[in-house]
Amino acid sequence: MNFDLEKFKVHGEPLIYGAMISIALASIGIVVGLTVFRKWGWLWREWLTTVDHKRIGVMYILAALLMLFRGGIDALMMRLQTAAPDMKFLDAQHYNEVFTTHGLIMILFMAMPFIIGLMNVVVPLQIGARDVAFPRLNAVSFWLFFFGAMLLNISFVIGGSPDAGWSAYFPLASLEFSPTVGNNYYSLALQISGIGTLITGVNFIVTILKMRAPGMKLMRMPMFTWSVLITNVIIVFAFPVLTVALALMMFDRLFGSQFFTMANGGMDMLWANLFWVWGHPEVYIVILPAFGIYSEIIATFSKKNLYGYTSMVASMLIISLLSFVVWAHHFYTMGQGVMVNSFFSISTMAIAVPTGVKIFNWLFTLRKGRISFTTPMLYSLAFIPIFTIGGVTGVMLAMASADYQYHNTMFLVAHFHYVLIPGAVFAVIAGFHYWFPKVFGFRLNERLGKHAFWWIIISFNVAFFPLFILGLMGMTRRMYTYSAETGFGPLNMISFAGALGLAIGFAILVYNIYWSTRYMPRDKTGDPWDARTLEWATHSPIPEYNFAVVPNVKSLDAFWAMKYDKQPLFEDQITKIHMPSNTGKPFVLGVVFFFLGFFLVFSMWIPAIVAGIGVLIVLAAMSFDRDHGFYIPADKVIKTEKKLGGGTL
Amino acid sequence: MNKKGPLYAMFFSLFLLLPGCGSLTVLNPQGPAAKTLSDTIILSILVMLGVLAVVYILYIIMLVKYRAKKSNEGYIPPHEEGNKWLEATWIAIPIIIVAFLSVVTVRTTNAVENVPADYKDQKPLVIYASSSNWKWHFSYPEEGIETVNYVNFPVNRPVEFRLYSFGPIASFWIPQLAGQKYAMSDMTTYLNLVAETQGDFLGRNTNFSGKGYAQMEFTATSMSSDDYDKWVNDVKSTASQLTEDKFKSLLATAHVGRETFSSTHLTFSPPPGEHSEHMDMDHSNMDHSNMEMDNNEHSHQSN
Repeated sequence: MNFDLEKFKVHGEPLIYGAMISIALASIGIVVGLTVFRKWGWLWREWLTTVDHKRIGVMYILAALLMLFRGGIDALMMRLQTAAPDMKFLDAQHYNEVFTTHGLIMILFMAMPFIIGLMNVVVPLQIGARDVAFPRLNAVSFWLFFFGAMLLNISFVIGGSPDAGWSAYFPLASLEFSPTVGNNYYSLALQISGIGTLITGVNFIVTILKMRAPGMKLMRMPMFTWSVLITNVIIVFAFPVLTVALALMMFDRLFGSQFFTMANGGMDMLWANLFWVWGHPEVYIVILPAFGIYSEIIATFSKKNLYGYTSMVASMLIISLLSFVVWAHHFYTMGQGVMVNSFFSISTMAIAVPTGVKIFNWLFTLRKGRISFTTPMLYSLAFIPIFTIGGVTGVMLAMASADYQYHNTMFLVAHFHYVLIPGAVFAVIAGFHYWFPKVFGFRLNERLGKHAFWWIIISFNVAFFPLFILGLMGMTRRMYTYSAETGFGPLNMISFAGALGLAIGFAILVYNIYWSTRYMPRDKTGDPWDARTLEWATHSPIPEYNFAVVPNVKSLDAFWAMKYDKQPLFEDQITKIHMPSNTGKPFVLGVVFFFLGFFLVFSMWIPAIVAGIGVLIVLAAMSFDRDHGFYIPADKVIKTEKKLGGGTL
Repeated sequence: MNKKGPLYAMFFSLFLLLPGCGSLTVLNPQGPAAKTLSDTIILSILVMLGVLAVVYILYIIMLVKYRAKKSNEGYIPPHEEGNKWLEATWIAIPIIIVAFLSVVTVRTTNAVENVPADYKDQKPLVIYASSSNWKWHFSYPEEGIETVNYVNFPVNRPVEFRLYSFGPIASFWIPQLAGQKYAMSDMTTYLNLVAETQGDFLGRNTNFSGKGYAQMEFTATSMSSDDYDKWVNDVKSTASQLTEDKFKSLLATAHVGRETFSSTHLTFSPPPGEHSEHMDMDHSNMDHSNMEMDNNEHSHQSN
């Protein structure tokens, strides 16, 4: 083994050294804090070993919030660097690493885990289940995601971050043009967390198909559950492509194979195709659940059922199918000819039709309603006009000929931020505010929530609308600097101001969590919004077994029917409830995978082989596990229900 | 609670800012290919503004009319399953819009992938443009000359760029003359354009290619054919030959300024694919009559 300390060092600027010091101080702070307050045992028993879908969901959301701030700081650094011509804040290499990690983190380690977190918390409750189908596998998913994210996050202080863009096009991402370990981190961190996501996909498909409460037919499922089901089908079809592409990338970079290289028959565009065969459906993986979240919230706060339920489901199914046949619109300019470009143009534009159906159905859900403007509703309402801008510019980009002028310009950057931020980020924030009282038993403060909302909505437009114009002026993306003669300066400065406003908005949002935890009154009803779906039929916070009695579903919006049509929901007697036991093995598996990834990044073969054997050992230990869980006796359930207020008794 | 005012004021002021932003390069075309694209973009913007108008008007009506207020306190909203005629309407109209834009797309894509219609009778000037690290090499096989980081061609004459790369994927773009196309190491791509005004146009790589990417620009100059011929003759008589060693040292350098040579790299570092008509040539006694290319040879671009 050729050990070389130089490889670990990042020769950087004061910024990176500052980051190293703050990471070290924060880690020491956490360790000392846990020791002083004797919280190690609590942390291990209650969180690290948990298999409870609600706690796993909360951990996903916490990790996603952390990553939102990491990615947000990256974004601020980029906007600052381009705020004026010839800025000297970052150098080219550092800027390249920053935009690469911004893209990776925001899509894969922020948007997706946030959505998977909400899914984990909400879906089993919405279908009246006690947990997901495979609770321990669920913990495996989380810890693989978490340690994959950590592996990517240490890259900028140990060895250097990936710097070839989040799409890592070859041959740029090959050893020849990116000789640092950055893209090794890319292939391994994404691989590890991607396996976790794939397992989530399988887990939730089985959960939704097999664990629904009696009477909940597919067409009685809440829209969020529908969107999650379709999303997970996309995950199961799309992620294996990423797995293969990343494995080939790893072979190219670590073992000298030549799949995507310039010489010896390597095909650079094969990477682009594989990446986008996964990457385009990935966009819908983060957006379809958002559609589900908005459907729940808009219906709840209009006091109406969702308009056009059947066409909403059908349009999501069509979008999911189309999402697989449009990937080549990411490289119309590859010279693939008029026929191919036309096919992908038309299939891409076709997505506008089902998406339009959804927009109009939401608008007609509002019609004849009684709309109350709560914080989650504000985000959902703001989504409609802003996302429509993202949608129509998407149609403009879909026109292959016009794309020859937009491709790789700021126009594209503006478009996908106009789609992804209202389509995914506003949705998870809305969902966060909406379901927060279910998980924690109190609402977030409305006044602070609205403050944050207006900062975020207005600043978002200030930050990203100028980019449409910059694109038409000819500014390309990923340029770390430009000269004054280009005239790009003023609009970039406006955009930077918007980015600062967004940061303030998110800061208020976090302050709101702190403030509300301390001062908001606790909610005893379990249903603070007068909502429609099953998750509100149990207590808040939710008991570990979710429902003392499994609900009997007789209609769509079963909880609403129970409240207003006196339709009985809980008809059975309380009996003993089977629960899975906690286990530390998923956490250990995540740690071992982390070390396997880390050693492979630096080509340290012997430790890597040891870690690889470690993975096999943990997997074997999990397969031979004889723990079949335990029962909560009926009298204990009754006691808990009485203590919580007994709505379901 | 209807505080959308600031939002709309901001949008409106951004639109007012538009003319003040200087030229929107993409919408300021100086040749037929870019003109086609500019017209397409403006058409699509108008159609899309129509779509936005419909959504925004409905949206404002719904929010104003059905918001919770004191006067509708006891109101219980009705249960509505949906309406198949309404739903059919908002399926049918988008389909019509998409169909219309599809026709526009296919026609314009076909138009810009070929020699512009008014110039079909002229023989295009072939220029090979290749990227390496963060520079552009331009080889003129007919003239037997090569330039780096700038390209000259006659006005009102079709130019066929053949693009490839000695490194990462680059995207060749002169926004005022034509849309962009990738330059890749394992295939050659084609870009047709005509400049209809004389002048300097900014060209650049738009596909991220590493550290020096932001500086990867070149100047495209369209000049009268007399000036062009004079420039070619100047280059042939004054510039030095491009030897294989010199070319290799160029490739190895990250950034270079403008360079001019009286021979090309096509013979010793040929472009990928079939380009034999330009590779076997001996430039000292080049015979232009052998190079006549009929339009059939370009049919591969329109398939």
